[in-house]
Amino acid sequence: MFGALVEILLLRRIYRAPELFQLLATFALVLVIKDAALWLWGPEDLLGPRAPGFTGSVMILGRRFPSYDLLLIAVGPVVLLALWLLLTRTRWGTLVRAATQDREMVGALGVNQAWLFTAVFTLGATLAGLGGALQLPREPANLGLDLLTIGNAFVVVVVGGMGSIPGAYVAALLIAEINAMCVGIGTVELFGMSLAFSKLTLVAEFLVMAVVLVVRPWGLMGKPQGVSRNTGPIEEPLRPGGRNQHIATAVLLGALALLPILSTGSPYLTVLAIDLLTAALFAASLHFIMGPAGMHSFGHAAYFGLGAYAAALLVRKAGVPMELSLLISPLIAAIGAWAFGWFCVRLSGVYLAMLTLAFAQIVWSIVFQWDDVTGGSNGLTGVWPAEWLAGKQAYYYLSLVLVGGAVLMLRRVLHAPFGHAMRASRDSPMRSDAIGIDVKRIQWVAFIVAGLFAGLAGSLFAFSKGSISPDSLAVGRSVDGLVMVLLGGLQTLSGPLVGAVSFTWLQDTVARNTDYWRALLGGIVLLLVLVFPMGLAGFVKQRFARGEVAA
Amino acid sequence: MTSNLLTVKGLGKSFGGNRAVDDVSFNLAAGELLALIGPNGAGKSTTFNMVNGQLRADSGSIKLDGQELIGKPPRAIWRMGVGRTFQIAETFGSMTVLDNVQMALLSADRKLFSFWQRATDYRRNDALALLAQVGMVAQAERPCSVLAYGDIKRVELAIALANNPKLLLMDEPTAGMAPKERNELMALTKDLVRQRGIGVLFTEHSMDVVFAQADRIIVLARGKLIAEGLPQAIREHPKVQEVYFGSGKTFEKNTGVPA
Repeated sequence: MFGALVEILLLRRIYRAPELFQLLATFALVLVIKDAALWLWGPEDLLGPRAPGFTGSVMILGRRFPSYDLLLIAVGPVVLLALWLLLTRTRWGTLVRAATQDREMVGALGVNQAWLFTAVFTLGATLAGLGGALQLPREPANLGLDLLTIGNAFVVVVVGGMGSIPGAYVAALLIAEINAMCVGIGTVELFGMSLAFSKLTLVAEFLVMAVVLVVRPWGLMGKPQGVSRNTGPIEEPLRPGGRNQHIATAVLLGALALLPILSTGSPYLTVLAIDLLTAALFAASLHFIMGPAGMHSFGHAAYFGLGAYAAALLVRKAGVPMELSLLISPLIAAIGAWAFGWFCVRLSGVYLAMLTLAFAQIVWSIVFQWDDVTGGSNGLTGVWPAEWLAGKQAYYYLSLVLVGGAVLMLRRVLHAPFGHAMRASRDSPMRSDAIGIDVKRIQWVAFIVAGLFAGLAGSLFAFSKGSISPDSLAVGRSVDGLVMVLLGGLQTLSGPLVGAVSFTWLQDTVARNTDYWRALLGGIVLLLVLVFPMGLAGFVKQRFARGEVAA
Repeated sequence: MTSNLLTVKGLGKSFGGNRAVDDVSFNLAAGELLALIGPNGAGKSTTFNMVNGQLRADSGSIKLDGQELIGKPPRAIWRMGVGRTFQIAETFGSMTVLDNVQMALLSADRKLFSFWQRATDYRRNDALALLAQVGMVAQAERPCSVLAYGDIKRVELAIALANNPKLLLMDEPTAGMAPKERNELMALTKDLVRQRGIGVLFTEHSMDVVFAQADRIIVLARGKLIAEGLPQAIREHPKVQEVYFGSGKTFEKNTGVPA
């Protein structure tokens, strides 16, 4: 029931918006619900009672199996069969399948597709609830369930191939088996190296996903996807900035340069401003591949983190001077992007996004578990800048110069032939190929450039904090980046900057003032998505344009 | 006839068990407008996409000035001098008309990996000259996404001409246009082709365009080449009439001899 309500109240309003916005809205909702759960049930784990009648165990082949586990094993195929029958054998199922291929056509045939989608969403929510309830007697319910489960579900769906229910089932089995095997095998001596397979569990599903997607670009049982018709309005051509824009940029830079002098009373402001700057560069680099190049990266934190860790390791372990490591570490991030990008550009759409996520998770788990080098979950400390930059003010100026220069450079590239070629490849791959543009190569280079600048943001971040932890390349940061870019608006160049600044600032203020900051943040993001479907900067631009026409 | 620009021999392509194109051979001379016609599903677009490199032929050969095209990707074939327009026009919607043409010029000059200079300044006058040829200068600064469909087709033509092609492939160049616009566009194409000595291979559904503009016509039906010749000869060709209008015997045949 809750699912239906959400669909009607929220999602219906944004079906016309690009798909990513729908994702963003559901993500914000997760934040809200998470805190609602915290408020309702408190932070303790809840352990459900055993289902009556299934408390005993059964002997099979001389081993004891809890009968409840057997029930679970049986429920899976039954639900699978029921769902499959529902979709392929009933009129309702036919309608749903038709609507996923072409909503407008089904609507034109006189089907109330709004209710159809509500029904699908409700069914999905019910099944998800069923899954949660079934799991309860085995594992305690806790507040960490949500993101973990979403991640798993996404991986399973993508590995199986979108739109294929048997595929999802096979993928779920495959991943669970591999996980179990990793635990079962434990540590093995291989060629004189001890390989801890049990450590692989964190990353196993993402390894599986990466391998499957590289070999089969549409998942195990998926087919190439139909083209979605709601891609949102086509963006306007890029025009070189006019005089007013140059003046505005100069004024903004001037104001930023004066900031530390004006705020000597509150040093915290300078620290916050450094955070804002690194966030802005991170968001700008993500926007570079998401907007103009049209490749949605869900794992952009990997390059941020690579830059951060490279900087930390160079200074701490290799004794490289801080200034030099600030130059080298973005290159290391770019090398990462070079390697991962080669695989990623072979895919498209959600599959590409999920592969970037898979690579990011693989990097994250390596960092998280390689205690000797990366410090594991504790991370690395003592990553301080050189002496002449030790003061917060000096560091602020360094960040300002580097971030400002990098952002202007990214902008310049977008106006250069390469930027045009990126947009051409996104607008029409067929036309691009027919005029001699190697689309994959353009996308690959775009990937590397984005990785380079994300790496710069990462190393600046590392030196500003003095320490670095695996969090800096976890999913959370990738999601933060996505939120910043979408919040600011995908179709404007200033969008990511506006988004990064407002998001980081919001997070900072909200988190300092309430325990339920996630709910508030989620609520604000929801509100923004509903009110400004073009993003903040996009909204301003639209208003501005309308004003001009009216005048 | 002058030496052949394009030589297609024994071209074949199957999808599953269906032979979409079966042993098709034809020639095309420089400065010639060759129409490729046939009923729906005759294999026109398949033939087309093989010449362009979008589809890989199963058998046969396609030679441009003696160089084999089969196995090359579309972008390589473009560099050898083959421009094309699409059945459903493909332009870059987020760019201006001028940007679109400049994009093709940039690609022709291998400047795609330039990160610094302004793309909008690149050979602006050459791009404007190309647009002037198709009558689109007045709309040069408009985004491609807001143009009328006929105008988009004109932009496509300008893009296709940007690297001085030897051969122009036009897949249904007038599909979706008003009758008057159709003949205008093809007459324009014909002029440009004569001036520059380009060979044109085009498919077309509108028969009045075909018979008014083509120098020569080849006819495909069920993947096979059934006729080839001047427009007048094709009009009177019995096999072509059979394919397009039915022979009157079709009904009898089908009932008599189950196929």
